[in-house]
Amino acid sequence: MHHFKRLAASTAIVLCASGALAQDSITVAIQLEPPNLDPTSGAAQAIDSVLYANVFEGLTRFDADGAIIRGLAQSWDISEDGLTYTFNLAAGVTFHDGTTMDAEDVKFSLDRARAEDSTNAQKALFADIADVTVIDPLKLQVTLSKPNGMFLFNMAWGDAVIVAPESIDTIATNPIGTGPFAFANWVQGDRLELARNDSYWGAAPALETATFRFISDPTAAFAAMMAEDVDVFVGFPAPENLPQFAADPRFQVLNGNTEGETILAMNNQREPFDNPLVRRAVTHAIDRQAIIDGAMFGQGTPIGTHFAPHNPDYVDLLANSQFDPELSRSLLAEAGLADGFTTTLKLPPPSYARRGGEIIASQLRAVGIETEIANLEWAQWIEEVFTNKDFGLSIVSHTEPMDINIYANPGYYFQYDNADFRAVLDELNATTDPAGRSALLAQAQTIISEDYVNAYLFQLGVATVARAEITGLWVNQPTAAVDLTGVSWGN
Amino acid sequence: MIRFALGRLASLTASLIVASIVIFAVVEVIPGDPAAFMLGVNARPDTIAALRAEMGLDEPMVTRYAAWVGGMVQGDFGMSWTYKTPVATLVADRIWVSLPLAIYALALSTLVAFPAGIYAASRRGGAGDTAIMGATQLGVAIPNFWFAMILVLIFAINLRWFSAGGFPGWADPFAAIKALTLPAIALALPQAAILARVMRSSLLDMLGEDFMRTARAKGLTRRQALWRHALRNALIPVLTIIGLQFSFLLAGAIIIEQVFFLPGLGRLIFQAISARDLIVVESVVMLLVFTVIMVNFIVDLTYAAVDPRLRARA
Repeated sequence: MHHFKRLAASTAIVLCASGALAQDSITVAIQLEPPNLDPTSGAAQAIDSVLYANVFEGLTRFDADGAIIRGLAQSWDISEDGLTYTFNLAAGVTFHDGTTMDAEDVKFSLDRARAEDSTNAQKALFADIADVTVIDPLKLQVTLSKPNGMFLFNMAWGDAVIVAPESIDTIATNPIGTGPFAFANWVQGDRLELARNDSYWGAAPALETATFRFISDPTAAFAAMMAEDVDVFVGFPAPENLPQFAADPRFQVLNGNTEGETILAMNNQREPFDNPLVRRAVTHAIDRQAIIDGAMFGQGTPIGTHFAPHNPDYVDLLANSQFDPELSRSLLAEAGLADGFTTTLKLPPPSYARRGGEIIASQLRAVGIETEIANLEWAQWIEEVFTNKDFGLSIVSHTEPMDINIYANPGYYFQYDNADFRAVLDELNATTDPAGRSALLAQAQTIISEDYVNAYLFQLGVATVARAEITGLWVNQPTAAVDLTGVSWGN
Repeated sequence: MIRFALGRLASLTASLIVASIVIFAVVEVIPGDPAAFMLGVNARPDTIAALRAEMGLDEPMVTRYAAWVGGMVQGDFGMSWTYKTPVATLVADRIWVSLPLAIYALALSTLVAFPAGIYAASRRGGAGDTAIMGATQLGVAIPNFWFAMILVLIFAINLRWFSAGGFPGWADPFAAIKALTLPAIALALPQAAILARVMRSSLLDMLGEDFMRTARAKGLTRRQALWRHALRNALIPVLTIIGLQFSFLLAGAIIIEQVFFLPGLGRLIFQAISARDLIVVESVVMLLVFTVIMVNFIVDLTYAAVDPRLRARA
């Protein structure tokens, strides 16, 4: 009996110890594996999902709600003319390899991103930078060639993180940043491990280690969560299983929003979509709620323009394109297409496009528009639709934040060409006061909605499934990120 | 024998050259610019041009083919565009999942199929034979990915005996073998069913041969004759099937690797194709072709060593 008690006591201690160990490590699953670990070249969102705010930091950063907050720059002054930004950097910041992070590193990072031979996927973010000057190790000045109200926002992107010349050559396989977690190990195809950076300059994170796993198959995702192989799944790929997780006390489901405006893109320069009446007819033929329910299992918010509904500057323009098949048919008749027409509908791989495409095809058929559906891989989509503009209709979610400026580029794949819209955007870029910007953004949203450039479907949602005890996860995805800074196993 | 081997070697080399041309050409015509894919929709044309130059894509096709083949001859399989890692390293990592998985699945299927096939043949027409043939019919018909899901549902989600997937590495061999067990069972089921059927019919063919009648006439029982004479001869077609199955298991486990999110060769090729990491696709497929051709070469030599008639014909 005595022995048994001792055994029981030691077992209890062992259990407590293993419980305590489990408290500071976490396994996070996402769908796609990063192809490499360099956020400053290549567009793959998975790179940011793993590294943003965890391993790499920029001058500014996005917080969980999408607001721009301080990053490595602790404060800044903007000159009267909006051309000169003076940044004061945080003191005592070191990279994970022990080297100091100072103004020279910032200059190196910005100059590298905007260089002639740069392979930065978002090079446009840096286009207005005319000069970067180091004033002292913790102070530097960025001069713009023209005022840019988005500059601090641009510097928050994962593509604008601060890297060091000492470690840049091996960044793709051994990323060295300044963040609260350091890269530890990557078993390609299986998992990537991060470990707490004990000399982090900011508040220390609660987690000691984090493991990312990459599970793209929806059934495998469900199984991994249910078997408790993973603790968190960000961007859970099987929306049909969410109610089951919500009902299970072991789990919590976080339904958030993303910056992804999901649109039915129309080729504005190709017949018959060069006729605004036809484009309007298409928008009235579409029942957004049926697509959200049928393709997304209810995940998503209807939109009436190319702007995120959770943004304070969003204007509700759904009334411009209400579901009205009668109106749609009469508009087609007015355009001389009373008998309808046939066009192509080219769909990239995500389920919003493949499932949504089937529903849209049947809704369009109801007003007389026949579609030939083509399922494309991403690489094909980029070549055929995006680059060669060889399409009638396509469905795609534009996941970049604040990207209404794509409508100011007549060469962009849907080929919208409106000088008035471009004038509004030029004014917006030169405006820094918030009220003025709000008014101009509202104007821009209204123009593209009333021109029926594309059919605006819904804001893409994101579901995170996690063990019930975990706190501090981002609900929304203002940028692709799994920020573990504030994540812990609640007690 | 040496002339035979040299002849085989020449045809092997020719096959490899033809294969390399076909692989390179097929991969080249896949639509989708790798650089444009990597940089996404916001990239500027000059950025894409810079990346194309960095990747060597602006060189003429013949130059790139020559560089690729020239590198391979010297053991350099090139550098992955997306992973920024040598292809040889990528393959070396993945082969330690795919090869053990293939061997494990093959061992399981053989362990099940041999006794089942032999038993069914020796009880031809009996209840045991009917039951086994019925079971193999089912085994061939069930898709292995569906069977995999059922295994996960029972053993990972409900019983919690295994993880639902993933691979912990070989640092802990027990954990590694455990992680490969459900995938190996899922892969082995249809292979075992096919193998058992081949084993049975091959044995039955042998039982009808003249030498079997002679063996029985010598006074051997039906069972003794089966074990001593029929089995050895019946093994030749079975071994041929096993060879084919092994090549398939090595690279063809893509769906099972996807279901169990295993970092194997199949998944590497799959990811590389969708990311247009052409150098990885080309080099890995070439390696697989090389392996299959080498295995066939060795098998040919063995046949020839065993059976002098083949040498004479060459």
